Amino acid sequence: MPIELYRIDDRLIHGQVVVGWGQPLDLRFIVLVDDDVAASEWEQELYRLGVPPGIEVHFDTVDTAALSLAGYGKDSRRGILLTKDIETMDRLAARAPTIREINLGGLHYRAGRVQKLRYVFLAADEEQVLRTLAGRGITITAQDVPAARPVPLDDLLGGRSH
Amino acid sequence: MSETGEVLAPRALVVGHGDFATGVVSAVDQITGRGGVLVPLTNRGLGGDEIVRTLRDAVAAIGARVIFTDLPAGSWTIAARRIQRERPELVVVTGANLPALLDFVFQTDCASSVAARHAADKGRGALGVLGGASVGGGSSGAD
Repeated sequence: MPIELYRIDDRLIHGQVVVGWGQPLDLRFIVLVDDDVAASEWEQELYRLGVPPGIEVHFDTVDTAALSLAGYGKDSRRGILLTKDIETMDRLAARAPTIREINLGGLHYRAGRVQKLRYVFLAADEEQVLRTLAGRGITITAQDVPAARPVPLDDLLGGRSH
Repeated sequence: MSETGEVLAPRALVVGHGDFATGVVSAVDQITGRGGVLVPLTNRGLGGDEIVRTLRDAVAAIGARVIFTDLPAGSWTIAARRIQRERPELVVVTGANLPALLDFVFQTDCASSVAARHAADKGRGALGVLGGASVGGGSSGAD
């Protein structure tokens, strides 16, 4: 079964992922792609503690995720893949053409970012990366929880998201 | 200050999604007049790094020894565990509820860690399911 959701979320594993998406999708595994987390046993333990029994967590670098995606896709269970920023998802998508849809789940305020939605703030260079990804045929929508309306990238960047 | 005039120094943080923390602390205050023992925080609008920064600052500001979080799998709990690495004396109670917090604010004569464990036991024990007997003896399992 292919991964259900490729999500960019600066909180990585948290309530919206584990409960908000996890329960309706019946998620059974999470692939957390982050080079720093993949290099730290302590960070991995931290995120494992946040996950209820019955959900497995895989920690990958961009390189190992690109190699492992085909295997994850053969898993009979439902899974979600997380990165904490656009740059990481962009690097992964460049190596993994099977990624055809990306979910913007949470990119919060920091200096240089402009608000697009309550839960999406983007810097100019991040907007450009998203446009490039979309130009490669990847569908990008913002949606924090399943019950929310998905906001297409064009609407998000064109200010038609409110 | 409580209704009896007792000065209540903040001793713990209550952190949650949306208005959970302000709501539950307001309930503690309405019931006991001791809401001042607890400082509520929301993660609304905060990214992962900001949540950690906000929590670190709040712990330092009040000298908190206890953090109550709403969701074991939530970003607050993960942030609290990060702060706990820097401050091993910190106690983190996950899945906090009103009965747990009511108990905590009255535990004034013991160490915060003891009070936190007592409160967690109280909160766990308060969960109950009342009624719900099947009408007509049906057992389909669906509502």
